[in-house]
Amino acid sequence: MKYHSVIVVGGGLAGLRAAIEINKKNMTVGLISKIHPIRSHSIAAQGGVNAALNNHHRGYYDSIEKHAFDTIKGSDYLADQKAALKMTSNAPERIYEMESWGCPFSRTPEGKIAQRPFGGAGFPRTCYSADKTGHMMLHTLYETAVRFETQNERNEMTIYDEWFVTRLIVDNDVCRGVIAINIAKGELEVFRSEAVIWATGGTGRVYGKTSNAYSNTGWGMAVPYYEGIGIKDLEFIQFHPTELITNNVLITEGARGEGGYLVNNKGERFLANYPDSSKALEVAPRDIVARNMKREILEGRGINDKYIGLDLRHLGAKRILERLPGIRMHSIHFAGVDPINDFIPVAPGQHYTMGGINVNETTGCEVKGFYAAGECSCISVHGANRLGGNSLLETITFGKIAGDEAANYVSAGGSSPVNASIYDKILSEEEAKINDLLNSKGKEAHPKIRSEMNNIMDEKAGIFREAKTLKEGLDEIMALKEKYPNIKLLSSNKKANFELLDAIQLKGSLDMAEIILKGALNREESRGSHFRTDFPKRNDEKYLKHTVAKWNGKTADLSYKEVDISIYEPKERKY
Amino acid sequence: MSNIKTFKVFRFDPEKDKKPRFETYKVEWKSGQTVLDGLNYIRDNIDGSLAYRSSCREGVCGSCAMHINGKYCLACEQQLKELSDTITIRPLANLEVIKDLFVDMAPFWKKYKAIKPYLIGKESSTGKERIQSQDERAHLDKVIDCVLCASCYAACGMNAIDPEYLGPAALSKVNRFFLDSRDSAKEERLAMVANDHGVFRCHTMFNCQIVCPKEVDPTANISNLKRNIIASQMSGKLSKKGV
Ligand SMILES: Cc1cc2nc3c(=O)[nH]c(=O)nc-3n(C[C@H](O)[C@H](O)[C@H](O)COP(=O)(O)OP(=O)(O)OC[C@H]3O[C@@H](n4cnc5c(N)ncnc54)[C@H](O)[C@@H]3O)c2cc1C
Ligand code: FES
Repeated sequence: MKYHSVIVVGGGLAGLRAAIEINKKNMTVGLISKIHPIRSHSIAAQGGVNAALNNHHRGYYDSIEKHAFDTIKGSDYLADQKAALKMTSNAPERIYEMESWGCPFSRTPEGKIAQRPFGGAGFPRTCYSADKTGHMMLHTLYETAVRFETQNERNEMTIYDEWFVTRLIVDNDVCRGVIAINIAKGELEVFRSEAVIWATGGTGRVYGKTSNAYSNTGWGMAVPYYEGIGIKDLEFIQFHPTELITNNVLITEGARGEGGYLVNNKGERFLANYPDSSKALEVAPRDIVARNMKREILEGRGINDKYIGLDLRHLGAKRILERLPGIRMHSIHFAGVDPINDFIPVAPGQHYTMGGINVNETTGCEVKGFYAAGECSCISVHGANRLGGNSLLETITFGKIAGDEAANYVSAGGSSPVNASIYDKILSEEEAKINDLLNSKGKEAHPKIRSEMNNIMDEKAGIFREAKTLKEGLDEIMALKEKYPNIKLLSSNKKANFELLDAIQLKGSLDMAEIILKGALNREESRGSHFRTDFPKRNDEKYLKHTVAKWNGKTADLSYKEVDISIYEPKERKY
Repeated sequence: MSNIKTFKVFRFDPEKDKKPRFETYKVEWKSGQTVLDGLNYIRDNIDGSLAYRSSCREGVCGSCAMHINGKYCLACEQQLKELSDTITIRPLANLEVIKDLFVDMAPFWKKYKAIKPYLIGKESSTGKERIQSQDERAHLDKVIDCVLCASCYAACGMNAIDPEYLGPAALSKVNRFFLDSRDSAKEERLAMVANDHGVFRCHTMFNCQIVCPKEVDPTANISNLKRNIIASQMSGKLSKKGV
């Protein structure tokens, strides 16, 4: 059994930032990550991170209030407004802090942090490091964590990389730690703690066509869900307009921010033909651009009937090499085209989960000592549609807040002592589950269930949704859930068994898929990323509310929750 | 061109097997697929016990470096169409195998942590960012792209003979901070690597330069440190023995 005052689950930006904060308070923290922190999906973020720094010559009049307003309007008024303002007001300080820790941001001619325009933003406020912002930020935070880890004398920070968390320990609504497998050895161990911060990232791999890493399975959200913690607004899935048609690798919105065009098979910048994107064109918000691209393709104006061209050629080789070197290499490696000479073949695909673990603006919830931050959480600052550059911001602002909150909770005495026997009991439950999986007599191939789930979600819970197909999709997912207990693994060894991890996580993916479909079916309106062809209008009277899904032991029960609209009155969203 | 590739994959569980073996798998493939797609196919459909790391599948997380047909590279970037019909895959060298292609990275991370891989600098006095010119920032291009995949570490002949040698990735990281106009520990950094397990172990064999999937060019980074160490020694700032 291991013990730390606080356990952080997740080594991406949110988890690292939280762990650093706890360590700053001289408290012991154990950070557990199923992949080495530097491999976390945050590494893939390209375009940048938002903060009203006023560094761009056109950004002089920007402010934290305008950033908050853009965020709330972008969210189609489903964001909790005080939380959004909290994020934008913390933004400049967090970015300067990243710079002070060494983050190599690109620079303006005056030597300040460079900023670029992004969709749905009134001013150029997206700070960037070429098109590798996530890489630079994640390296910087890991470096900072290593500084704490190697400099401390009292072992305050310990990083457990390649440990996979299978269970959150909650007893009478008090969080008591987690259980994790040491992947190399295949052995389970109890991690006792006074508080747990959850930072496990998104759930994109429920879909097949997604920009997300394999690691974003949804299991991270499912673990607290199984302990009674709610999942909020999961039907709001962001589809990014520009993913490579070959394997859905992302081409950053920064490519359009830098001036790239989207063209159909007639070479037309078709966004001009749609009322909701005719003004902002390529830098209209993601949900709008993605829908209009899909319409072009459905109406026969896609290139080869399948995709849209992202044309950067007019930017010239110098600008492409300087500002977009990463996506140039992606295009060369994965689509065989060099954007200096050819347009990039792109189509919309799954990209981001706006919804997630139901926590409040101080990252806590009804379970004492449990906090969540980053993409796995839903605070909610993104509402029905996240603006590009706001999720990197969310990880570092709320990661810090979660660290603060957990540390304060522990200093204030945390929770009363617990009978140690609960740990043994839960550990043996987890051991039994794993042995059952490894020795299952079932017949179902789990990779097949996974790919069927991926197809269902791509086809039936995509950009355009309607009651009939959502219902079909839900029935099909429920049928896959029935099959899941009969899965059979090809291997039965515990040591370094990655197949076992895949099989465990599939259960969480299926349960998250169910919540997405149920939430989407019940929400008979169109808002942000959720577009119902049978209910094409937003309906504030009935649906200006958050969906909350709770686990009843087998399936999800939905209920609804107020949205905080205390600052800006909801209006029609026009660009 | 045949639509079947033969994967010959290194298999070894040191706790169970007396010695490593190569297992052969037939994989149906199509253009656009990578070696990682092939390995995933094997794990999902033929042999679930095959161990290897992967995550981003787009060459940015550094998980999946391995030795493929004679060269270290990222399995997720290596297109199958560019390879012969038989593909031989081995784990990273100079690191112990835990199982199959899954090696123990602990020595690699230990060396990374030993070189103070973080900025040591004065805080800004304005409460805002420190000023760094575009030219100063441009010095960091390329070296900051390192994904810590350990291809260079595995390819390096010196890592093979000196287990204490810091290796190309950690030394490039030293140069990354040495080059940063905001860093104020330059002499300390030079002193830290001016020894036989540091830059002087490098015999400029260029293996790291050849294999680096991100064009970081560790050889050039190490050479820059060597040049600066010698200049520092000549000017008396750094003792000849190093520290
Ligand atoms: C291709 C791409 C580009 C993007 N670009 C941008 C951008 O330009 N700007 C922007 O603002 N946002 C961007 N985003 C979104 C943003 O990158 C993510 O939302 C953000 O990085 C998520 O960070 P995180 O810390 O919450 O999670 P992650 O970085 O995903 O980290 C999750 C962590 O949890 C760990 N974990 C998960 N489950 C377990 C478990 N069971 N046990 C132990 N550990 C576990 C993982 O090991 C990992 O360390 C992009 C996303 C993608 C996919
Ligand atoms: S899987 Fe990330 S580099 Fe290959």
